[in-house]
Amino acid sequence: MLELKNVSFTVDGDEGKLDIIKDLTLTIDDEKFTVITGPNGGGKSTLAKLIMGIEKPTSGKIIFNGTDVTDMNITERAKLGIGYAFQQPPRFKGMTVRDLLSLAHGSELPEDECCTYLTNVGLCSMDYLNREVDTSLSGGEVKRIEIATLMARNLELAIYDEPEAGIDLWSFTMLVDSFRALSKNRHKNVIIISHQERIMQLADDIIVLADGNIRTQGPKDEVFPTLLSQFGSFSSECTLRGEEK
Amino acid sequence: MDIKDFKFDLSLTPTDKGVLEAIADMTGTPDGAFNIRKNGEGLVRTSSRNIEIVPKTDKPGIDIIVKPGTVGEEVHIPVIITESGVNDLVYNDFYIGEGADVVIVAGCGIHNCGGGDSQHDGIHAFHIGKNARIKYVEKHYGEGDGKGKRILNPTTIINMDEGSYAEMEMVQIKGVDSTYRKTEANLEAGAKIYMMERLMTHGDQTAKTDMVVNLNGEDSSARIISRTVGKDNSTQIFYPNAIGNNKCNAHVQCDSIIMDNAHISSIPAIAANHPDAMVIHEAAIGKINSDQLLKLETFGMTEEEAEEIIIQGFLK
Repeated sequence: MLELKNVSFTVDGDEGKLDIIKDLTLTIDDEKFTVITGPNGGGKSTLAKLIMGIEKPTSGKIIFNGTDVTDMNITERAKLGIGYAFQQPPRFKGMTVRDLLSLAHGSELPEDECCTYLTNVGLCSMDYLNREVDTSLSGGEVKRIEIATLMARNLELAIYDEPEAGIDLWSFTMLVDSFRALSKNRHKNVIIISHQERIMQLADDIIVLADGNIRTQGPKDEVFPTLLSQFGSFSSECTLRGEEK
Repeated sequence: MDIKDFKFDLSLTPTDKGVLEAIADMTGTPDGAFNIRKNGEGLVRTSSRNIEIVPKTDKPGIDIIVKPGTVGEEVHIPVIITESGVNDLVYNDFYIGEGADVVIVAGCGIHNCGGGDSQHDGIHAFHIGKNARIKYVEKHYGEGDGKGKRILNPTTIINMDEGSYAEMEMVQIKGVDSTYRKTEANLEAGAKIYMMERLMTHGDQTAKTDMVVNLNGEDSSARIISRTVGKDNSTQIFYPNAIGNNKCNAHVQCDSIIMDNAHISSIPAIAANHPDAMVIHEAAIGKINSDQLLKLETFGMTEEEAEEIIIQGFLK
């Protein structure tokens, strides 16, 4: 179970202090597939980074499975079973796709397992296994490998930050299927930050984050129908975003 | 029948064995031709049917003569220095016969526990025959806690006949206080060279590399990759120079990771003396990207472990 208690995150902007997350309190129960959505600039990525430990809250507490992780660093949180797929993943010169998947998994991964993860994200595995995760790969390819690194781990909580960004429609269908499958077996809890209707349709719960706080939280069937009325053209606008890169 | 030419009994100390393993992955007597040089003298030498190793008579060193058409054989010629204050200069010439395809494993390891400087200057000249292919691996490594410096100054000259191919992998693993590497390659028509230099400096070490590739023959090509990591207060200077004298293709790529208070200079030169020469150089120096560290930390590694993995991958 993940609990955030009165979490705030403030940065120094050009015009003084800027509140990104404002006194946010949130509980996500176990065995949940949660989609966090909301307008750009609403604090979604920051929230994910606060949970992973990449950013530290200005105030408030983060409790994970009963342990206060607020002052723990990324490494310690990772060891508790939290994982995060970057929205813009870094590249590694000299490191092959297979190396990276093995590092994620924590031990040398057999070739057939690597292939399964790559196939799940729509990559033809034999072409990629021994390629370096460097600038020779396109943005979409690196993004899919990033998602595969999270799928290669047994996690208590997996956080995917806009997995659809930069991925073409054909692969996206496969990705949605993969998320559906992994929500049931690999990860105990899944949080996906997404604007995609088809990903939201997989969710147990939807959280709408706007202006640094929770606008709505509840079961998908209750929240989803209200999205259009809440944000007008937000949903269709953002669906396009996912396909433009 | 194989020719055996043992100058000494093969009595290697545990230190010798450790150094041999570090530089040549040698854990036992290798198959085929080999020559082990220790503290300035030949320790053991074996020729094979197709690869002959002959000591020079006018100066220190050996001639390695590979018969034309020899395919799939290996030759190991490691050098170890375990005494302090040794200054070893050696000339090794490799004559690779037409159409041969062989692997050459060289390398030098210095174990210096004393106060005197230990130095090895290996001057290697390759004469690669028509359509012959070689893979050359050279590892340099230093260890020992003495105040004496460990100095390695390799000179490598590669003369490549028509249609020949050379893959050169040159690695300085760690522990070498000072190195001045000079490399020259001369390519005839259709010759291709792939050169990979990997180097890490730490402490107060210095490393200087001069590299000249002359693409003299039509359709010759060169791909040169230099990847280095500079840590602590170490200094690295690179002068790669590719000269296209004919219709040719050359690509030089230098990438360095800079850490701590290291100093790295990359001073590339490219020249074309023919309208169809295509010569490209890319160079980059920068620290480890913070997102790379964060990414590996999300796998449960500490920052130090993540740094080590990134460097290992980069120098692989």
